[in-house]
Amino acid sequence: MSEVIFEKSVPGRRGVTFPTAGLSDQSINALLPPSFQRQSALTLPEISENDLIRHYTKLSNQNYGVDTGFYPLGSCTMKYNPKIHEEVARYEGFAGIHPLQPAETVQGALKLLYELQHFLVEISGMDQVSLQQAAGAQGELVGMLIIRAYHRTQGKLGRARTKVIIPDSAHGTNPASAALAGFTIQTVRTDSDGTIDKDDLAKVLDQNTAAIMLTNPNTLGLFEKGIGEIARRVHDAGALLYLDGANLNALLGLTRPGDMGFDIVHFNLHKTFSTPHGGGGPGAGPVGVKQALAPFLPFPLIERRATAQGDRFQFEKNRKTAVGRVHSFYGNFGILLRAYTYIRRLGAEGLLDISRNTILNANYLKKQLEADYAIPYGARPCMHEFVVSAKQFKSQGVHAWDIAKRLMDYGFYPPTINFPLIVEEALMIEAPESESKETLDRFAKAMHAICGEIKEDPEKVIQAPHTCVIKRVDETLAARQLNVRYQ
Amino acid sequence: MEYIPKTALEEAAMLQQIGVASFDALLEIPQEFRLNRLFNLPAPLTQMELRREMRNLSRKNKTLLSFLGGGSYDHFIPTTVDAVLSRSEFYTAYTPYQAEMSQGLLQSIYEYQSLICNLTGMEVSNASVYDGASALAEAALMSVRITKKNEVVMTDAIHPHYRQVVRTYLSGTGIKIKEAPIDAGRTSVLKLTEQIGDQTAAVLIQHPNFLGQLESVEEIAEEAHRQGALLVMAVDPISLGLLKTPGEYGADIAVGEGQAMGNAISFGGPYVGFFATRRDFIRQMPGRIVGKTVDADQRPAFCLTLQTREQHIKRERATSGICTNQALNALAATVYLATLGPAGLKEVALLCLTKAHQLQEKITAIDGFTCPFSSVYFKEFVVKTPMSSASLLKKLLRKGILGGIDLAKHYPELKNHLLICVTEKHTSEEIEEFVACLK
Repeated sequence: MSEVIFEKSVPGRRGVTFPTAGLSDQSINALLPPSFQRQSALTLPEISENDLIRHYTKLSNQNYGVDTGFYPLGSCTMKYNPKIHEEVARYEGFAGIHPLQPAETVQGALKLLYELQHFLVEISGMDQVSLQQAAGAQGELVGMLIIRAYHRTQGKLGRARTKVIIPDSAHGTNPASAALAGFTIQTVRTDSDGTIDKDDLAKVLDQNTAAIMLTNPNTLGLFEKGIGEIARRVHDAGALLYLDGANLNALLGLTRPGDMGFDIVHFNLHKTFSTPHGGGGPGAGPVGVKQALAPFLPFPLIERRATAQGDRFQFEKNRKTAVGRVHSFYGNFGILLRAYTYIRRLGAEGLLDISRNTILNANYLKKQLEADYAIPYGARPCMHEFVVSAKQFKSQGVHAWDIAKRLMDYGFYPPTINFPLIVEEALMIEAPESESKETLDRFAKAMHAICGEIKEDPEKVIQAPHTCVIKRVDETLAARQLNVRYQ
Repeated sequence: MEYIPKTALEEAAMLQQIGVASFDALLEIPQEFRLNRLFNLPAPLTQMELRREMRNLSRKNKTLLSFLGGGSYDHFIPTTVDAVLSRSEFYTAYTPYQAEMSQGLLQSIYEYQSLICNLTGMEVSNASVYDGASALAEAALMSVRITKKNEVVMTDAIHPHYRQVVRTYLSGTGIKIKEAPIDAGRTSVLKLTEQIGDQTAAVLIQHPNFLGQLESVEEIAEEAHRQGALLVMAVDPISLGLLKTPGEYGADIAVGEGQAMGNAISFGGPYVGFFATRRDFIRQMPGRIVGKTVDADQRPAFCLTLQTREQHIKRERATSGICTNQALNALAATVYLATLGPAGLKEVALLCLTKAHQLQEKITAIDGFTCPFSSVYFKEFVVKTPMSSASLLKKLLRKGILGGIDLAKHYPELKNHLLICVTEKHTSEEIEEFVACLK
């Protein structure tokens, strides 16, 4: 680590200066009585512009992004983030407009949002889309609240629908979001084929079921082949079908959630539509629904009105059935506009190329790893990602975690580890379309080399990483002796 | 296509390696669900065309002389902020789950947490939540977890959108929300007190409140704590260059909109919610937290910590559903606070305070314009207009000025009242121009 910024502080140094307000203490007190004034010291660093820039440049050098190299992080879709997105988001006409400006002064922004709603409707096969949710998990929460609101309009029987069914392979956000919306969670098992166990589903699906939350392709990277049958059963039981759109990258232009029978879907624009992850956000989690659920979408949506002067765009005025508002304003506009830019660059053909190439990449990489690693459920072709198991190396004392750390020494960010929970010692590998064949070959070579190292010198893997700025981090100590701020 | 580095030759070679004759052999999507047509979307644009298209679209938005605030503030952003945010090792990185390859980001979040603690006077901070509104909602939920009581009291002086978001977040939980009314621009302490009972988990206030006025925080804190409720304060981070901190007031949870710290107003997002509390409550806090530890060689290092609170471990028993947060916006806040330092933040706060008062004085000197509230304010204030405020705003707009927020929409009793915001960026010429247009 480097010194933290506070340790570089020297009293009296400045990073920026402002014109002085030219007020005496007395005149300040007249505007702001002392009883309202801060008495405690304001301990912020005092540092020159030059030293500050060097500090954060050094920190950036101790970090790894998609621009640094391959990020095979399963279910996260770490694809290349086009530079034009960053340029466009900084245009004064986008970055410099206030959320409460009158509609007539922000027609460009409203048009963009209106069109993005429609692009996502077309891409997902749903009927209406809300863009407001700030990330996937907030999209899930909204989705669950919509489901709750819908069932409440269905009388007594609807109110009894208090349970949401979630597969054992699901992301942790799914049960967390459903619980926050007031539902109890029931788990459904995965069968030996890697998809939903239909017998188990029959057992748990009943008149108390509000919805089932699925990811398709699921977190094993497999397409839920029985989706038609599942949708029929869920709907016959009076429940709704929710899609966690985390893995939408594999479906673009090939099939649509709406056509498969999903009633509701959330998108992760920071995955599929290539807005940068930002080191953990900002993201955007639009929600798409079928017509029957549209009255419940968060407020406000954007409308188009045809006038003599041409189309006019505005926020809807009121919708009492809405589940409410979930963002201070209209969501992460700067992210929505990057996704819009991406879709305009690619068009229909480009989006189809995305899914085709990520599926091709994943299957190619999976083939390269087959000789060295066990791939549960691997007999079937995968979609955009696949899961290998490091279980066979446990006898040498090597875990998935160790392989992940050793990959760092080969210059790769590690795959997603120990997830999904149904695969022991899981390494979940995604191969976005923006990666070249040479990169995949290099990664496969590294994985092969690590396999050899485990056999000949397992300690080398267990002690990894060897080439990062630090050795392996003691996470247990961090939790035991909490130090969460500089003092 | 510049985002997909694959030639037809390579595709053929890869399919051959996989051992299939065609791409279609890899697809298990049942025929009945295949799209079999292209999306109905606008034709693709080349980069050259795209830049022109997006530039034109951006020009359909007007950037005007603005006195709009209400939760989105146009403060000066030093050049250091975008210089750091443009480092793609930061902005193209994922959540720093793999600590050894993410030390830079982890350290910057540790610095962010420390800065937020120092700014608010609180003991611990998380790594950020979505925005000010969801921060307040998360604080309400956390208060219920801590106190095991099932009601929150929320004052009408809180940003109307924030109150809506709190309602949405709590709508599935069975937690009851009680309201406390406004009296002369501030929360009525008397009526607020009537709402607090032995089932109150928390009292939620905003300071300065939505109308720009400073609340009687001492009294409210005392009443809340007397009944065993927590005090949740939503605060303006810029104001803390001058104003008494949530820590000094004895608040239990301090939250707020962090946009003003180095983030563009950008039509409402992405912004960043900050969230700080007492050390005793850290295990009930939502969101990610970075901790300092050591590596295998006992050298100092950083990593995500207390992850057992979070959804990827705890699933339905997590403290919050949040996963992705607003890391890059939090980095902007970090660089902003580090650049300004204590003197810079105080200067900005003082400029806001004095310029706002200058404008208010000039406006109320105009015949018919009055200031309905006599309480202390920071950078936003309310004026009563002698004519329809809606038509006044239209008149100002014709002269290229965004004159403030018409309060009637959210407070029917404040018909023909405007909420006006002034920041350090407003020049005296701009203030004069605004005043001249009102006359």
